[in-house]
Amino acid sequence: MFDFFFRLPVVVQGVVKGLAVILFIFPVAAACSMAERKVCAWIQRRPGPNRTIPPMLVGIPGMGILQRLGLFQLAADGGKFFFKEEPMPNHVHRFYFVLAPFVAMIPALTTVTVVPFGAYLDPAGRVIPIMLANVDIGILAVFAVASLGIYSLILAGWASNSKYPFLGGVRASAQLISYELSMTLSVLPVFLWVNEPGSSGSLSLARVVEFQSRAGFWGGSWFLFTMPVSAFIFIIALFAETNRQPFDMPESEADLVGGFHTEYGAFKWSLFFVAEYSNMLVGSGVFCLLFLGGWNPLPWLPLSRLLEGLHHLSGSALWLNPLVAGVVSICIFVAKVLLSIFFFMWVRWTVPRFRYDQVMRIGWRLLLPLSIANLLAYTVGIYFLQG
Amino acid sequence: MAVIQVQRKPLSLAERTYLPQIFGGMMTTIKYFFRPPETLQYPEERPAIPPGYRGVPTLVKDPHGREKCVSCQLCEFVCPPKAIRITPGSVAPGLGIDNVEKAPQAFDIDMLRCIYCGLCEEVCPEEAIFLKNQYSMSGYSRAEMVNHKDRLYEMGGTLPDKHFKWEAKKAAELDAGGSH
Repeated sequence: MFDFFFRLPVVVQGVVKGLAVILFIFPVAAACSMAERKVCAWIQRRPGPNRTIPPMLVGIPGMGILQRLGLFQLAADGGKFFFKEEPMPNHVHRFYFVLAPFVAMIPALTTVTVVPFGAYLDPAGRVIPIMLANVDIGILAVFAVASLGIYSLILAGWASNSKYPFLGGVRASAQLISYELSMTLSVLPVFLWVNEPGSSGSLSLARVVEFQSRAGFWGGSWFLFTMPVSAFIFIIALFAETNRQPFDMPESEADLVGGFHTEYGAFKWSLFFVAEYSNMLVGSGVFCLLFLGGWNPLPWLPLSRLLEGLHHLSGSALWLNPLVAGVVSICIFVAKVLLSIFFFMWVRWTVPRFRYDQVMRIGWRLLLPLSIANLLAYTVGIYFLQG
Repeated sequence: MAVIQVQRKPLSLAERTYLPQIFGGMMTTIKYFFRPPETLQYPEERPAIPPGYRGVPTLVKDPHGREKCVSCQLCEFVCPPKAIRITPGSVAPGLGIDNVEKAPQAFDIDMLRCIYCGLCEEVCPEEAIFLKNQYSMSGYSRAEMVNHKDRLYEMGGTLPDKHFKWEAKKAAELDAGGSH
């Protein structure tokens, strides 16, 4: 019944799929800002934003819950950012000042292309990943494009032509370079293990999930259990890369006013905000794929086994339908991503900020040696295990 | 005197990584995450006012519904920010308040000046002025923030009297045969 879709030109198919993903990420990233306020409030034992409601919706049953969850507040904030005046200080470099927020958005939404977010079973029973572009460079593309995001911070800091944004931009670049290294080194053991001798080499994230869905004790266990140090280094570097507390050096409102976005307001400011949350979403997605088994519901319980089990239990072939399987797997994956986003917020409202020199010391003197040692240890281990 | 050497222990490896502390902190925050909010939804829910609270100063009437204030102006003179302004007047005959000689013609408390210190309540010999429970005052102009006599009585209402000072005095006067 989806033949008409597959008969469309490939370019149109790609555009439709890309738009669908962006139309998911953009609102979810915006909703994360509200979730952040709510999580913060609940941790501090406040109700959080719970007042806003459009007058025409008052009294409709069920609207009270949305009101208390602050969903209308989210819409009101978004509308405000859209319609309020765009402040443009006189001392900025106008072209680059306007360019920076868009440069922030582009890599944030581009990295999704190589991130698989679900899977279905084809008639032969093989697991086919659902993603925009199943390319072999996978994780390499994520790292390459994601680090382009730093240019927007540098550009914003420099184009603002004022001291605090400039310092914020400088800090952002230093922090990203420092943690990029540990992050890349921490995922290398995963790919060393996945690319067994005899198989064709690939850095695709779908391959990693496929590896975690295998039968047997070692195959079915998530990399979180077999490589806890890698997962630990990756999540810390992810905090630093997405400029989250306790590593929010580029923003650091206590000492740099607002960091790189001090001079920004209205829609341009909100673009930075959404880009930050999109980065977080994609980063958590990559973490889930690498270490939390992607779309597999539980360790040692791959998606294909779950679907076949449901098929046997209920006796209907519905569970093997590609559409149903796809929706189930996407729901599992999104649930994992949202849980890790919650973890991000939980940490943010627990841990105080590191000082700049501490951030540098942790990055260069602790994480980097640790990740190199981790890589060496796993290289030797994998050599004896697979060699 | 004996000197006790306190040993300064170096940080253990676990402490230097911060991780146990961060984990402990996260356990604390998740514990609070699942507790109900501690806050009041202010305009709908009001805090309980403890006894002895010093809110907006008001004027009260005695149980017979008579003005208690005799416009002695002690409160006006004791008021540190000079928020009280009294215009004394004589009591008109036939109003049922001929037990006293004077009553305020006008009694204004400027709530933009008032510092809620309660000295007026303390100094009043007639127990006519009380700081009651109201804590939020608002108005659109400065003039609106001045409480006049009628509003002061409206806010104060009637307070039970323990002494009935003037009745006791009148009875004593009658007992003594017209003089005391």
